[in-house]
Amino acid sequence: MNNKRRIGDNIRIGLTGSAVLLIAAILAVILGTIIIGGYKSLSCEFLTKPSTDGMTAGGIFPAIFGMVFSLLIMLIAVVPVGVATAIYLHEYARPGLLLTKLIRGAVNNLAGVPSIVFGLFGLGFFIQFIGGGLDHSLGQSGLFGQPCILWASLTLALMNLPMIIVATEEALRAVPQAERAGALALGATKWQTIRHVVLPQAVSGIMTGVVLTISRGAGEVAPIMFTGAAYYLPYLPKLPTDQFMTLGYHIFVMTTQSPDIDATVPIAMGATLVLLALTFSLNLVGIVIRSHTRSQLRKGR
Amino acid sequence: MSLQRKKFRYLGESLIEGNIKATASLAIVVIFLILFFILRESLPIFFNPEVQQEITFRHFFSGIQWQPVSDNPRFSLWPIILGSLKVTLIALLFAVPVAVAAALYSSEFAGGRLKELIKPGVELLAGIPSVVLGFFALVVMASFLKDLFGWQIRLNAINAGLALGFAVIPAIYSLAEDAINAVPKSFREAALGLGATPWQSATKVVLPAALPGVSAAVLFGMGRAVGETMVVLMAAGNAPLFSFNPLESTRTMTATIAAELGEVVFGSGHYHALFFIGLVLFAVTFAINLASHALFEGLMTRLYGARK
Amino acid sequence: METKHNRLEIRDFSLYYHRTKALEDISMSIPEQKVTAIIGPSGCGKSTLLRSINRMNELIDGVAVEGEIRLDGEDIYGRNIDVVELRRKVGMVFQRPNPFPKSIFENVAFGVRMGENGRAKDNLDQVVESSLKEAAIWDEVKDRLHRSAMELSGGQQQRVCIARALAVEPEVILMDEPASALDPIATAKIEELIFRLKEKYTIVIVTHNMQQAARVSDFTAFLMLGKLVEFGATDRMLTNPGNKLTEEYITGRFG
Repeated sequence: MNNKRRIGDNIRIGLTGSAVLLIAAILAVILGTIIIGGYKSLSCEFLTKPSTDGMTAGGIFPAIFGMVFSLLIMLIAVVPVGVATAIYLHEYARPGLLLTKLIRGAVNNLAGVPSIVFGLFGLGFFIQFIGGGLDHSLGQSGLFGQPCILWASLTLALMNLPMIIVATEEALRAVPQAERAGALALGATKWQTIRHVVLPQAVSGIMTGVVLTISRGAGEVAPIMFTGAAYYLPYLPKLPTDQFMTLGYHIFVMTTQSPDIDATVPIAMGATLVLLALTFSLNLVGIVIRSHTRSQLRKGR
Repeated sequence: MSLQRKKFRYLGESLIEGNIKATASLAIVVIFLILFFILRESLPIFFNPEVQQEITFRHFFSGIQWQPVSDNPRFSLWPIILGSLKVTLIALLFAVPVAVAAALYSSEFAGGRLKELIKPGVELLAGIPSVVLGFFALVVMASFLKDLFGWQIRLNAINAGLALGFAVIPAIYSLAEDAINAVPKSFREAALGLGATPWQSATKVVLPAALPGVSAAVLFGMGRAVGETMVVLMAAGNAPLFSFNPLESTRTMTATIAAELGEVVFGSGHYHALFFIGLVLFAVTFAINLASHALFEGLMTRLYGARK
Repeated sequence: METKHNRLEIRDFSLYYHRTKALEDISMSIPEQKVTAIIGPSGCGKSTLLRSINRMNELIDGVAVEGEIRLDGEDIYGRNIDVVELRRKVGMVFQRPNPFPKSIFENVAFGVRMGENGRAKDNLDQVVESSLKEAAIWDEVKDRLHRSAMELSGGQQQRVCIARALAVEPEVILMDEPASALDPIATAKIEELIFRLKEKYTIVIVTHNMQQAARVSDFTAFLMLGKLVEFGATDRMLTNPGNKLTEEYITGRFG
């Protein structure tokens, strides 16, 4: 074996490896900066008090509250639809059928639509068309036909639909075909087979999808900027028809619209740390469940 | 006892199946609704005489100024198209080599345990919300780079492009890795069996075989980059200048919508123009994603024959 | 009504997979309370034929059938046939044990629970016990009914799967090489079990193992390339085959 060539090869391999290191470094620097810059702001008051003095002081409670509120509505909308779609695609649909191809194509494309286009759509469809239409037929104005949690959450739900579908399908694929055959051969109906044999085993995979969807939903700003999120609200939202503050948008507003940026940055750092901690821990949970499920799968179960 | 169909059971089952099928079809409906409503709000530019007094299709391509709010509004798309192109190009120049090299390393050279770490690590990077990346680029990275290179303008296309690169590296990586992993083991064994080094096997056999998939990954990343909003909105300086200089502030199509839709007068020419930009974005990302998908499917067909 | 002896009648039955003919004009009668073995070289369509009897082939895309299979005189491919009802009458045991990742109890109770009127739920303990006894596994599992069935050995799992099929009270049991994934001792137990089960059930078994066919079956059908070459009493057929192809196969000249 030519020694020179071996050394050359190892250097080249090392170079590709350094790309991995670079990614790790990016991750570390972003995390490090935000942890160092943000941890000083963290306190109980920070998490439980509203923001004050034109966002140069106080906490982020309303943003956390609004985020949780909107994510709940998003989940209620997206999980059943996403799971049902995946069940259809994996359990019922025949692969060659036009409808199947159309649904798959639509899901793929939905995943690629830019987030800001979802924002435009939410404004045009939910607020003006549906909301405005509702207001019109109820003979009032400005109840549904304006930005609010409901429309923002539904916009987020549409945007995250592909994620739930893909995760659920992967979970369904992991259930051995032999078990479906076993159930059907015992005289279970198709739905009974899905309900009692397939879904119980797919639950952890579906949960992964749900967790990742929450994480992604928590960080999305573009789709909700015009469909419900507010710069600043002096009160907490009570109804899905209220506007809301949310963490991601709050960070954006604080850093780009603040009257006194130097006073705001520490607060924004703290808020970013909270958001990052939330999305990271959700992602970690998702990744752990997923790799657990996958290794179970490799073991044959 | 007979085998005749039980009516109630048959009914129940078809009810359930019907519901599931209808729900699944929602995805199709949604795509068409998106297209329809974006079109609906952009078409007045072409057909509504009242709106056309303010803005027509020709305005989009005449001149080089985007100044929708002024006494003499200008609606040229060139500066923001250029902005999108510029930032996307910078992001890809940075992200593609990093992501593809990392994918190659993790699937060809990394040992078992390291491999188990790389993928979740990249997924964590993917999990950073774009508003956080934008925040980081705006508050931390921009000043750092400015001081380091002595830039005149803190928020510029390179700053935004790099941050955008962080956002698309995971996307490119994961698809590229899928493509490289899809190359059958036998290819590698054949190459190594003929006396190739692991590096030669990886770069002369595996990577070429996976090339359509890697190209698909690059296109996929490009679609992401073009459609990404928050990073560029926060990190690029937000000035719709018609400039090829990467060290000047810039503004993308996405950022234009995000920055202006909040204050636009409903039903005005400006309002419809923003939806038209959305339409262009929708069409462009649609085409890019379609091409990416076709390339990836092509790779799978080439490697495994018709898909199961 | 058909003669009582022949529970299953297969008549001019053909099956297409996309456009290729996988089974061609098969006609045979499967007698009641006997074991009928289907043998033949791999790829001859024996599993396909077996799976046609409870319409499991329908789970595969692009399958079409011609001809009839009659269960107690009723064409199972006729109009308005309820496959669920059919599969409750025609149970199946698969090549590889495929218990659900549930407890042993829940595995055996599964089919009963899925039946809409079925037996009263408080009867369930009894059904599970008697099914497990019938499947000769009760003594091995009675202390661990609520443990996962996945913890059992392959042979035990297969007998739990048989118990699971019995719990639904089928009339016919289809077995698709039920011992091919098992060791010789577990195989012997399954064969013993089959021998006892035929007192009550009509059994059709696919096997690639001639000795097994000889040991357990009363009748044998020999299939080749999707066609029925010969059908008859097992002892007669294995000692004095009426067809040259059968003879060549059982003497091991190909296969």
